[in-house]
Amino acid sequence: MRREVPLVLTAMVGLTMIIAHFIPPFNILKDMFEDWFFIIAAFAIYLGVLNLLRVNADKIYKKRRDWPFGVVVILGFLVITIPGLFFSGGRSFSELGTPFYYLYIHVYYPLSATMFALLAFFVASASYRAFRARNVEATMLLVAAFVLMLGRVPIGDWITAWLPEGYRLGNAADWIMDFPQTAGQRAIMMGIALGVVSSALRVILGLEKAMGGD
Amino acid sequence: MNQENSQEEKSFWEKLLSIDRRIIFLFIAAAIAVPLFFKVSMHIPVTPVVQEVYNAIESLPAGSKVLVSFDYDPASMPELQPMAEAFFRHAFRNDLKVIIMGLWPQGPLQANMALEEVFKDEDIRAKNLQYGIDYVNLGFTAGNEVVIDRMGHSFEESYPKDGQGTPLSELPLMKGVKNYDNVDLIYSLSAGYPGTQEWVQYAVDVFHVKLAAGNTAVQAPSMYPYVQTGQLAGVLGGMKGGAEYETVLGIPGTAVRYMFSQAVAHAVICLFIIIGNLAFFSLRKRKRS
Amino acid sequence: MSGEVVGVWIGAILTLGIFSFLYKDNPFYKFSEALFVGVSAGYWFVVIFWQYFLPKLVDNLALAYTVLSTEGRIDYHWVYLIGGALGVLMLLRLFPNVGWLSRWSLAFVVGTTAGLQFTRYLQSNGIIQVKGTILPLFVGGNLHTTIGNIVIVVGTFCGLIYFFFSKEHKGAFGGAARVGIWFLMITFGALFGYTVMSRMSLLIGRLDYLFSNWLGLIG
Repeated sequence: MRREVPLVLTAMVGLTMIIAHFIPPFNILKDMFEDWFFIIAAFAIYLGVLNLLRVNADKIYKKRRDWPFGVVVILGFLVITIPGLFFSGGRSFSELGTPFYYLYIHVYYPLSATMFALLAFFVASASYRAFRARNVEATMLLVAAFVLMLGRVPIGDWITAWLPEGYRLGNAADWIMDFPQTAGQRAIMMGIALGVVSSALRVILGLEKAMGGD
Repeated sequence: MNQENSQEEKSFWEKLLSIDRRIIFLFIAAAIAVPLFFKVSMHIPVTPVVQEVYNAIESLPAGSKVLVSFDYDPASMPELQPMAEAFFRHAFRNDLKVIIMGLWPQGPLQANMALEEVFKDEDIRAKNLQYGIDYVNLGFTAGNEVVIDRMGHSFEESYPKDGQGTPLSELPLMKGVKNYDNVDLIYSLSAGYPGTQEWVQYAVDVFHVKLAAGNTAVQAPSMYPYVQTGQLAGVLGGMKGGAEYETVLGIPGTAVRYMFSQAVAHAVICLFIIIGNLAFFSLRKRKRS
Repeated sequence: MSGEVVGVWIGAILTLGIFSFLYKDNPFYKFSEALFVGVSAGYWFVVIFWQYFLPKLVDNLALAYTVLSTEGRIDYHWVYLIGGALGVLMLLRLFPNVGWLSRWSLAFVVGTTAGLQFTRYLQSNGIIQVKGTILPLFVGGNLHTTIGNIVIVVGTFCGLIYFFFSKEHKGAFGGAARVGIWFLMITFGALFGYTVMSRMSLLIGRLDYLFSNWLGLIG
């Protein structure tokens, strides 16, 4: 039961999704399965949230290292959840003017945006310390990166203003994006597509060990 | 004397390589912050992929319907919000009808913020645009690519009501809009999944609808194969793409203003890479000799 | 002091809290990070409740119940009970003794994803991309397009050869794989350049927020 039911479920659902593409009446089943998928996805996110709260509650109870920050995590969760669920007008909770919208704009947004903005500093530091033209391939990567970084901002054309129009750094950046970069991206894209297709088949046919297959 | 000099030189390169990373952070912060205080106008040439996006919208006759999908969150605002505002200015200037939706929960909120900004323009205010007639905001609906797929059959299946709870049948703009056949262009503003790739896979390749896109700079390079095959009409890539779009429109905005900071930051990064490589090669040469 | 001003100050202080990590790890940063974790979890909790859980599960079951109580017939919307049950099984993962039941829900999710992506990736990222690579290698009177087409065809072909690891990369095959690596290196260089552009844009946005919205130094 532990192994067989999941394998049968995967095969049944996966095949239905594929068949519906070719036999339209199966779309009724497909639509239903898709709706169930989103219900399960909602519970999966709740699972993650509950687990997070459990881990932090445990940390506070056992007074582990940095346990006061566990309190901050739980407080942060409550500060946005309570207004969002009870004081923001129900289904129009994210409309302009609600407490949830206020917390979203002034707490969630600055934290989220700044976390990502930190990456700018680390990318600069990592480039300085690790980006080396050690061999031919690395040099090609470096040159392409340089052409793109300078060609995509007005400085590139300013540096190469002495060259005729159409042959400046900006034009070189455009050419790289339109041709060699597109070719490389396409090779990656097709490789991924083949990987996805073969993995999907393996999963549906129960051949994938990680999913309980043989 | 030469040996002493080479000892000093060696320690200079080594010192340079082992510089505290906080000094690098300071340089980056200065490279971005200082230019913000200067209003420098830079010449921004328009690339063909951006020109194609402009052409796709410009070629639509007045009254055409454009479906715009806001698929990003505040973290991507600096890159995508200028594209959203420029698009609204373009669409309303050309009397296009705009249907807003979002596959990300924060998307429709970002749309409202962009509209708020655009409605401050006098020429846009003079048009006296009406919600439900000139534009609607369908809001967010859960389902990722499933939403895109179902909208190909019927918009009402995914959006029985708009973001304010009004049934679609009561909105004049949505009368006669059953599915993608009744929409002239889709414009996707995307920061990840679900986003432009899903629009290509589920809308363009299944229902053969025309699609233009604005993407973050991280995502934009992977859209070029779609542009080359014609699955995508064109793509705006990152803040530079937004600046180009504002330039071709003739309405410079936030993206154009930020380009000076962007340019200086890129130059500083290139300088760091050059210095790092010079130090690396000098030390390597010394070790070999 | 208006709510908006208070809000901007809160946002600015939290922004500086995250940025303080650049100096070194400190309690101010840890506080901001912990707050971010909690607020993110809360944000998704609320969004999932109002925009997934209610419309997809509760509304459908409520409709089924309404039909049953008013018309006395069993409506097909009762099938959403199965979806709800599978969702509850997912939560059982929290309990070690019955956690194995969550595999049924996972199996459902995996099957749906596999089935959906099978056709879409094959068509959009496979077949149509092959079609886009079948280009004329000589376009009379247009050197730019001729060179461009050759680059795309050769680059795609050699890139795909590089990813074929079932055959040793020797001889002509190895040579083609090497050319493939060069194209991939150019692609990664372009990706790096664009990634730098993206990260810098995010930082520009935050610094502009601090200097314009908070300090009012930029008009």
